[in-house]
Amino acid sequence: MSRLASLLKHPLRELQSEVDEVVSPGRYTLLRRKIICIMVAASLIPLSVMAVLNYYEHQNAMAREIQNPLRVLVNKTKNSFELFLAERTSTVSLIASAYTHAELADQNKLARIFAVMQKEFEGFVDLGLIDADGNQINYVGPYSLKGKNYAEQRWFQEVRLKGKYVSDVFMGFRKFPHVIIAVQHTTEDGRTWILRATLDTRQFERIIASMSLEPDADAFLVNTEGLLQTNSNNYGKVLEKMALPLPPQTFEPTVLLTTDPKGREIFLSYAYFPEADFVLMAVKPKASVLKTWYTVRGDLLFVFLLGVAAVLLAAMGVTNALIRRMKEAEDRRELALREVEHSQKLSSIGRLAAGVAHEVNNPLAIINEKTGLMKDILTMQQTDFPKKEKLLAQVESVLRAVERCRGITHRMLGFARRMDVTSEELDLGELIAETASFLANEAMHRKVEVRLDIDPELPRIVSDRSQLQQVFLNLFNNALAAVADGGRIEAIARPKDDGVVVTVRDNGCGMSEETLNHIFEPFFTTKKGTGTGLGLSITYGIVKRLGGEIAVESTQGVGSTLTITLPKGQREALA
Amino acid sequence: MSKKIKLLLVDDEENFVNTLAERMKMRDMGSEVAHDGETALEMVKDEKPDVMVLDLRMPGIDGVEVLRKVKKAHPDVQVIVLTGHGSEQDQEVCMQLGAYEYHKKPVDIDRLVKSIKGAYRQKMEDMMVAATFAEANDHADADKVMKESDD
Repeated sequence: MSRLASLLKHPLRELQSEVDEVVSPGRYTLLRRKIICIMVAASLIPLSVMAVLNYYEHQNAMAREIQNPLRVLVNKTKNSFELFLAERTSTVSLIASAYTHAELADQNKLARIFAVMQKEFEGFVDLGLIDADGNQINYVGPYSLKGKNYAEQRWFQEVRLKGKYVSDVFMGFRKFPHVIIAVQHTTEDGRTWILRATLDTRQFERIIASMSLEPDADAFLVNTEGLLQTNSNNYGKVLEKMALPLPPQTFEPTVLLTTDPKGREIFLSYAYFPEADFVLMAVKPKASVLKTWYTVRGDLLFVFLLGVAAVLLAAMGVTNALIRRMKEAEDRRELALREVEHSQKLSSIGRLAAGVAHEVNNPLAIINEKTGLMKDILTMQQTDFPKKEKLLAQVESVLRAVERCRGITHRMLGFARRMDVTSEELDLGELIAETASFLANEAMHRKVEVRLDIDPELPRIVSDRSQLQQVFLNLFNNALAAVADGGRIEAIARPKDDGVVVTVRDNGCGMSEETLNHIFEPFFTTKKGTGTGLGLSITYGIVKRLGGEIAVESTQGVGSTLTITLPKGQREALA
Repeated sequence: MSKKIKLLLVDDEENFVNTLAERMKMRDMGSEVAHDGETALEMVKDEKPDVMVLDLRMPGIDGVEVLRKVKKAHPDVQVIVLTGHGSEQDQEVCMQLGAYEYHKKPVDIDRLVKSIKGAYRQKMEDMMVAATFAEANDHADADKVMKESDD
């Protein structure tokens, strides 16, 4: 965890040290994993936060959009109910005051009035006249309630008190849910009567039906004691206790998000009636209301996942490219190090050889002089003794051996000189011939014709012998690898302006356009499994270092031509 | 070559240089021997050798320094360098400082003798040229004196 933290703080430094310190082949896997983790974390965390914020924003906006129509609907329906009740109440009130007691007490007259009422307003079930003591004086309707006394009933007491009364829904004698509208009328001479009409609550059902709710939605009327006034789909039958708790009282239409006893999340919109003890409630399950929201949520999720996938792909791609670059750089560095190491090794071998040669030279000189003196004595002075001739032969033999040693030490010194990166005047033709001779054996074995065409006017150039040897060795090697048995390799050297042009041509397999484009890149090889892909890149490096140019031409199936231009060069002034 | 060539052999390897001196004597060359740079410089001053055979690597004053000093003080002494250690750079430096020839040890005696004789001839030629110039100068001086006395 702290590792990650420091990685986040100094990613470059950490990665650099990572590159330096780990040397196992698995380091790149580890490094790749780390880089991908950082990249993914850095892009996915903000993306996720955005997605979550968006999610809640959208959800809230959607909820508001859903609640508003619900509120409007409840308000409208409440108004319908109020209007319905107000109309009926004022009708009853009008009849109570427009007709005299005598008229209302007349069975026929009341029947006629009731018929008109039923015609004009739907929902009236019966109409009755009750005196101040609660006795039913006259009645029109499907039941025979005449003579019944209501004095003890609550609605009677209420109407006597307030003058007007709209009851809750109740069963009463009639055995079906109904609402009583009762109006008290008092004439100027103090006579009081009560006109009572019963309303069929099917009218309520009709008003609720006019809300045209979806099948899974529910709307009903309930009284302030929680008794259902109309049937509910989910929360009980009429006059049963409603399965939901009563919401806090408010006359404004309000929407609550709550959970019903069945555990469903519901939007409960409701409004209390100011004039009657009713509460109108409409219930919509959240799930159905939020259907649109779920679609939006699906889209959001899709976009989010798409983003995640893109981030992952990008992170992998970028990291892979990065790792590849690093690997290449590492390989190149290693190669350079190996080259340096190699040349250092050679130069120290050279120094050692030179040291040995120098040290051996002095005692060798002593042997040479001592033996020389012996020879002088034997030959220049007139001495004679037995076996003089034999002794002289021994001395001569020692002198020859010294001569041989001299040859060896001088060659060692020459080798040491070659190991140093030096420039010397050299005959390029001779060098090419010498280098070609290294491959003569293989060429002969494979019946490959090696033709050297060196211009005799070729100027001597100042350059590095061993490096040039390596260059031509590489070119000849490549040519030999390209030609079939019995093929032909040509090396042509010609003077040019201020230098020399050497062309190495073969009639081998040639190269494709693709290969030509990569030919001087390190590690590019067509010799699957056997090549290191270094030969031509080293050749290129050497030629460039020596101030020359290298160019390649090739036609597939016809052969390749490599052209090297070398400057004449100048002998460096010695200090 | 009527006159005996006076040789000075300079080398810290006594075994080598003494033997070489003996062989040179057998070839009618008067050989003196010095085992270090200081002695060599003294002997050049005292003995006035014709040719000097000089080793490069020596304790004290080394061969290159001896060569430089000898060529400065006694340019008529011809110096042949004979060394076991010489690199190409050493050779270059010695030739620039005016060495007659440069040989690597071990050297064939005939080759060395040939080189010494060449050096001696070179010295003789140089002396002759110098003498001619000196003579010419003497004449010029004499003319000058005469003219002055005339006035």
